[in-house]
Formats: sequence, C-alpha cells, structure tokens
Amino acid sequence: MAQHSAKGARFQAVTANRLTDGEVVYFTDAGHWSLSFSEAAIADGADAAEAVLARAMPADFEAHVLDPYLFEVLQDAQTGFQPASVRETIRAKGPTIRLDLGKQAIAS
Amino acid sequence: MYRYDEFDHQLVAERVEQFRGQVARRVAGEITEDAFKPLRLMNGVYLQLHAYMLRVAIPYGTLSSKQMRMLAHLARKYDRGYGHFTTRQNIQYNWPALDRIPDLLQELASVEMHAIQTSGNCIRNVTSDQYAGAIADEVEDPRIISEIIRQWSTFHPEFSYLPRKFKIAVTGHKNDRAAIKLHDIGIVIVKNAAGEIGYEVHVGGGQGRTPFIAKKMSDFVPAAQLLAYLEAVMRVYNMLGRRDNSYKARIKILVHETGEEEMRRLVDAEFAKIDASQMLTVPQEEIDRIAAYFAPPVLQELPATSASLDSARASDSAFDHWVTTNVVSHVKSGYGIVNISLKPIGGIPGDASDAQMDVIADLAEAYAQDEVRVTHEQNLVLPHVKLDDLKTVYDTLLAHGLATPNLGMISDTIACPGLDYCNLANARSIPLAQEISNRFADLDRQYDIGELKIKISGCINACGHHHVGHIGILGVDKKGTEFYQISLGGSADENASLGDITGRAFTEDDIVDAIENLVASYVDLRHNGERFIDTYRRVGMQPFKERLYAE
Repeated sequence: MAQHSAKGARFQAVTANRLTDGEVVYFTDAGHWSLSFSEAAIADGADAAEAVLARAMPADFEAHVLDPYLFEVLQDAQTGFQPASVRETIRAKGPTIRLDLGKQAIAS
Repeated sequence: MYRYDEFDHQLVAERVEQFRGQVARRVAGEITEDAFKPLRLMNGVYLQLHAYMLRVAIPYGTLSSKQMRMLAHLARKYDRGYGHFTTRQNIQYNWPALDRIPDLLQELASVEMHAIQTSGNCIRNVTSDQYAGAIADEVEDPRIISEIIRQWSTFHPEFSYLPRKFKIAVTGHKNDRAAIKLHDIGIVIVKNAAGEIGYEVHVGGGQGRTPFIAKKMSDFVPAAQLLAYLEAVMRVYNMLGRRDNSYKARIKILVHETGEEEMRRLVDAEFAKIDASQMLTVPQEEIDRIAAYFAPPVLQELPATSASLDSARASDSAFDHWVTTNVVSHVKSGYGIVNISLKPIGGIPGDASDAQMDVIADLAEAYAQDEVRVTHEQNLVLPHVKLDDLKTVYDTLLAHGLATPNLGMISDTIACPGLDYCNLANARSIPLAQEISNRFADLDRQYDIGELKIKISGCINACGHHHVGHIGILGVDKKGTEFYQISLGGSADENASLGDITGRAFTEDDIVDAIENLVASYVDLRHNGERFIDTYRRVGMQPFKERLYAE
C-alpha cells in the first residue's frame, strides 16, 4: 500500500471502500462508516491515528469495507479539515473532470 | 464477425454463474477479500478510487452493431451513462456495483461478449489492426489468427498462472497500427518468397516502468506451426520468468537479461522439443471455418470517385476537412474507412456516452456492414462506408459530437484514466489532455502542426503509452502534488522507438506552456514536409531542451 500520510503528519483519518459498490467511506467518531469526509474521525497525533485505525478494523470489518488505511488531513483556518493529497481530495469529491459524478454531484 | 459456437456459449455462461456464486458468497461474508480478489480480477472487476471498474474484452477491437448497442445499454442500466474505450481496444465501466455485475455479465454474454482475459497473469485479450479487412495491401486479415490465438489462450491451463500478464498483438499490414513492438509478443503476418503465409514473431516488448522494444525472434514461422511456436515462447517464459519480483516478471525483462541471441536459442530449443507428431496444429478445416467469419463483406462495384461526395466537399469546408483527416482509403474502390474521433476539443479521450454508442451502432448497421472497430488510440472506426454515404454519416456524427476532424493531430491524445479514477495513478492525465486540446483548439493550427502524437500516463505503469508518444507526458507525485515529466521521440508504429526524458518535471500550471514551447521549437526547426517525430530524429534532443528550459 502506498504511503498516504507524510512522515510526522499531525492529523489523520481512516478511509476505505464499501464492499458492495466500492463507494468511498470514512470511519467516524461514532464507530461507523460514513459516505462523507465531513463526518470522518480526525485523529491528532500518531498514537491517536493508530487507535482510530484499530477501531476501524474489528474482526469482521471485511464484511463491510475494503482495505481501511490512514491518510493525512490538513487543518485550514477557512475550510476546516481537508484531505492533504490530490488523491484523497479526488476520492472525497469525485473525478475533477466530471463534476456531475461522485460525491460532489450529490453535495451540490 | 466471429460467432460463438456451442462451446463458447457454454464457457461464457458457466463463467457468469460461477462469478454470481462467488459474489454472493463474498457479500454474505462467507469468503474473505483475499480469496475473492483474484476471482473478481479474473472477471475484469477492479476496485478503483470511487467504485469498482469493469473491463469488458473487445477481441481484436471488433464489434457488431448489436454488441455496441449492448455496451450502450449496460452503460445506461448499470453505470452512469458512459463507457471509456481503452488503449487495449477494450471498454471500461467506471461505476458498476459489485452485486449487479453478474447480471451485467449475463446480459453481455447474450451478445457473445465477456470480461475474461482482461485481468490477471494470463494471456490477455488479443489486440490488432483496426483497419483489418478494409485496408489495401494487407497480407491477410489479422483477425483470423487473432481469433485462433484467442481460442487457444482462453483458460489455457498451462498459461493461466504466468509470472505476470501477457499481451499479444497482431498486424497483417506493413504499417503497424497495433503497436506490436510494444507487446510481450508482436506478430506480423508475412508472405515468403514462395507466396506462403507465415508469421514474423517479435518478443519482449512492453512499456511500464522498464520499457523495451520487442526483439525479432523469428523471421518466418510457418502458418501451421504458429501456436506451437507461441507455446515454446510461453514455456521458456513460464520456466525462466521471474516470480520473485513483480516489477521484473514480464517477459521483456527475461529477454533483456537473457539477451536476444540466447533467448532465441532457448525458444528454438523448446520448439525443437515439441514432437512433430504431437505438435499443436490447427486443422485446415478449422482455420477455414474461422476465416469464413472474417470473409470480406460483399461490397458493391463502384467507381473510385463519388460525384455527390465531391460536391458535398466543395460546398462544406468542415466536411471536407473531416474527409481529409478522418477518412482513409479503402481496399475497395468507392468505399472509405471512417475514423470516429473520441477526442472532441476539450473532451475526455476515449469516453462515449450511451447515446453516442447507440448512434454509432445505428450508423454501423445502416452504412458500415454492421461493424465497428476500437483503436488502441482510443478512437472508433466504421470500416466499410460508401463514399456516397460519407456526408450522411458525417452529418449524424456531427450532430452527436463525434465528427472532430483531428485524427493523428495534437488534440488526438491518448490518456489513461489517471488520478481521476485509477487506484494506481500518481497524477491526473485527462485534465492535461483537455487543456492541451483547448490550447490547440484551432484546427488550422493543428493542421499546420501536422501529425503529432501526445500520450499521457498518470503513473509509471504507462497505460497512456507515454514512452511511445512523439511527446510523452508522465505524471509523478511529489509529496501529494502532481508533476509532469516530458519525453520526446517515442513512436509506436513500425519504426517503434522509446522517448527520451527532457529533464526536470513541470507543474500542472506549467506543463501546457511547455508543450507549446516544444511545438514552437518544432515549427522553427522543421524542414519542408517533416513531421514532429522526423524533426526530432534529425536534430535530436538538444535544441528542444535548450528552449524548453531557457530562463
């Protein structure tokens, strides 16, 4: 698996793809999987991140989602938390070339 | 067109039901992802960034109108109303739900299609020349041997667990439109001095992170012995190909590390081991049966010119440009080969909507002997169109955004799906293709620049063929930000060559200006009649590089 967080990243969240349709999902504070990045549990620090990832991967996680992993999140004064990489931004929104598709289409 | 026999039907139908059971068990939690993943991949189902992606095989790029209509129907019913034609002459759907894919495959099977051989470490779907059976000076229609190879390789037990995937391409023409030298095995159909048909076999080409041009292993394999010869190549690869490192597992690495001479000796020795009495040969009656499916269509005897075409060209300059650029001479007088560009200015290379696919199917049925072809450059072809019908076909294509007259021009870009869809990508490809297309939108300028093949990959796996672009662009990731590396001088035709990297990479904001800069250098440097690639081959990297990186 590629590295989705820079070394020393402060904020991280856990994402995966839903088994039945591949939809991008995020692990929430409440302990379920949400379709929206805005509901993702944001871990502050490496230990907290590992703890969220461990919570996201119980014995039966595979019955619902595929390959959960941590990715870096940046805090922005204006927009709040945002995925750090282009890749995770695209996963959170949808293809940049088809704004009518993916999560961005539902949001707008 | 090849039609399934009872064995083909049974094979595909059984495969759909097996996959239905596998999906049901996976969704019910009875099997793990580790167990399921290889099974879904064997059925063309990948997991990408936003959803599953299904790759459907289009053997040697040939479709009937009925099949094209089914592809449109599947796009509507199971996807988001479009499909993406790929550099492997296949189609990909970007959004199908896993639990609906068995139904999709069942509908697909009803038109004799499937997703077998579109993934996994097997011999993949065979690709070929999109002008097969329509172009003059063809030695033989390459789809005949392609179909024989397809039948031989499908579920071949000895070659289903190769060290890595394996791609075979075939051309029956001296002008290579199938990029055969960039394949694991590339086959050129040739005739010897006695007038017998045989096969020139190239082995060990490929792109990816370590690109190589294939080496010619044999000048002439007699027609009856081709499958046995391929078996010998596959056996050498199966025995000696590396399984310890997936980056070094392709046959190109084996050929490179073994050396061309030694590889030839190994293949010849393996071939000699095959007992003549037990050699796998295809019975002539079977060859004849398959060849009959690809018999030339019954075309009318027509004059070489068409008065109605000439008059339409004279009165409609846009149509005239389209005929010049997108229509190629047919082997039969009075007919033309129509290229349908899937590269509208500013559009997404290779994408077609369900409605567009339906329109193309209707045109194929009415005007092109019921055939459509997919090209490895992500365009479509109507192979047999009467010159008298060109204007009608054009008008319909134009009304549906399918008449962009840019075949082979700077805006006819190959681009992989890139980071907009692909789980492996490091950078986006499609937006670059769109920006370049928009920057060079002016057709007069495109025609002045002439043939210029830009190919864009969003990662080192090179699905966008950047190594063989006249200008190649490779997207790289630097700490989560996209950068683009340029290479020059690649070519995928009969004079295949790999591009040379210019130097440091460009940002997304700078890359289109860099392309503009390279085009300006070419325009200044070119001699009369030289294409970009000709100029590059004459003057080399230096003048392009100096201007590209001038402060």
